[in-house]
Amino acid sequence: MSLRSTVRALPTLFRVGFAEMVAYRAEMLVWVLATTMPLIMLALWSEVAHDAPVGRFNQADFVAYFLATFIVRQLTGAWVAWQLSFEVRTGTLAMRLLRPVHPMVSYAVENLAAIPLRMVLALPVAVLALVLTGASRLPRDPLLWVIFLLSLLGGWLITFLANAGIGTLALWTGSSVKLMDVWLALYMVFSGYLIPVELFPPLIRGTIEVLPFRYQIGFPVELLTRGLDRGAALRLLLGQWIWVGLFTLGVRAIWRRGLQRFAAYGG
Amino acid sequence: MAHTMVSVQALRKHYTVHKRPPGLRAALASLFRRVPTVVKAVDGISFEIARGERVGFLGPNGAGKTTTLKVLAGLLHPSSGEVRVDGHVPQRREDAFLKKITLVMGQKQQLLWDLPPSETFALNRAIYEVPEPEFRRTMAELTELLELGDLVNKPTRTLSLGERMKCELAASLIHRPQVLFLDEPTIGLDVSMQAVIRDFIKAYNERTGATLILTSHYMDDVAALCPRVVVIDRGLLSYDGALDELVRRIRPEKRLVLRLDGPVDRAALEAVGRVVYTDAAGVVLQVAQDAVNSAVSRALATLPVHDLIVENAPLEEVMSELFAQSRAARGEVEDAA
Repeated sequence: MSLRSTVRALPTLFRVGFAEMVAYRAEMLVWVLATTMPLIMLALWSEVAHDAPVGRFNQADFVAYFLATFIVRQLTGAWVAWQLSFEVRTGTLAMRLLRPVHPMVSYAVENLAAIPLRMVLALPVAVLALVLTGASRLPRDPLLWVIFLLSLLGGWLITFLANAGIGTLALWTGSSVKLMDVWLALYMVFSGYLIPVELFPPLIRGTIEVLPFRYQIGFPVELLTRGLDRGAALRLLLGQWIWVGLFTLGVRAIWRRGLQRFAAYGG
Repeated sequence: MAHTMVSVQALRKHYTVHKRPPGLRAALASLFRRVPTVVKAVDGISFEIARGERVGFLGPNGAGKTTTLKVLAGLLHPSSGEVRVDGHVPQRREDAFLKKITLVMGQKQQLLWDLPPSETFALNRAIYEVPEPEFRRTMAELTELLELGDLVNKPTRTLSLGERMKCELAASLIHRPQVLFLDEPTIGLDVSMQAVIRDFIKAYNERTGATLILTSHYMDDVAALCPRVVVIDRGLLSYDGALDELVRRIRPEKRLVLRLDGPVDRAALEAVGRVVYTDAAGVVLQVAQDAVNSAVSRALATLPVHDLIVENAPLEEVMSELFAQSRAARGEVEDAA
């Protein structure tokens, strides 16, 4: 499908994707609740910082950091690895391949269609964060807000593309869910989701800074709470979008090769 | 031959699968060493199909029919050989190709499970870029022909199998495809619903001139829809031609189906023809094609006939005879079972 045709079809794709999300509302709520780990970490780290700050983080800093983490997590979620792995194993990927819209576009829309519902949960948390910690940490430079929005998009793209790449590996391995679990474990530790990247020892921090995980969640959160200057923010944004480019090329390559192995089981 | 819509030349599709015997020991052993086996799902078949033709793919389970259909629909990449559908190489999955075809699989669905079928229709309208007036016209037509009524507004999960299949067909035809690949579209449906689906498919072919390729284990589907059959067995082409000719060639004899008013000696029956089957309800006799007239006369003269029908041997029998002949010709030993 040409880009123009895809763009024309997007409103319907989103509308139907959203209708599906609403149909699964109970499951959706459980899923959202399953992403409340930052709120648990908030309580834990706040207690640790009760008597003295940890690094630059006092209690209010931890509250701001983990509430922002919760919000960014809601807005950058993707689960296409599980969908793809299941659809490869059962052969139902065939139904997507028969349509003149790239399966990755339909997966992307289905994943993005969940965001309005997630926003419903994220917005009160954002208001709560402002009430509890004030607006002093938020960037005042409009460019930093633009960078923040781009970093959200970049974070979502890395999450989506990593999912898509790992899901596509099911065309070789039959199922790639366990591989995704490994990725998730690394993501939890190195993205800033459980521990702010700044709190890692310098040697590990250096490694984290060249890995993609931080750009999925830690970078947008830092933009909101750390007071990064323009130079540092732009450098990190460049790093993030280099990863977006690498993932795009990688997924494109393995998707093309993988499709040749598709067995369209069943039926 | 008219415009060639489908061209298949020396198509091969081989898979590598890893086999292992049952049991814990084999499961553990397979962690370290897997034994690859090449499965020749399709092993060098060639045929052509003209625009507007209705062709049935026949063959036992695992013969390669569905694999061939999936290659034609662009889902599978051939191991070798050349395939064209209206000039397109299917596995490239170009938009122009995908907009010309549809694949309906009786065991898979494209309808969104938790939403009413109308949502899938709307989605397909957008994806296939069907203009709104054309979409409304097509939907009105499909609703009438398939008697969809209010079904389209109920969640798909609440529909019966037959209702779902009618909606599946409607969803597959919104973009008015020129080539229909139908993989067991009536599987699991009751007899009357099978007839509804068959009639609809035939009407669609006659009205639009679309090419139709069907696989089905229900011989009634094939007999009602497909003047031509392509028989595939163990990845090889066993027969390609008219269905009538296949029946004449494999089982040239005719069947006399008799309903009798009273019991009759077996000897009296055998004087008319070879007894294929007999029970309280009636008798089936087999006679040579050129002896049908005399056999009918003799039956009417010597037996208490209440009702008499002359018909071909059942297609199922013809097929199993064809497979047995093909395998014998290839020197394969038939399984005693």
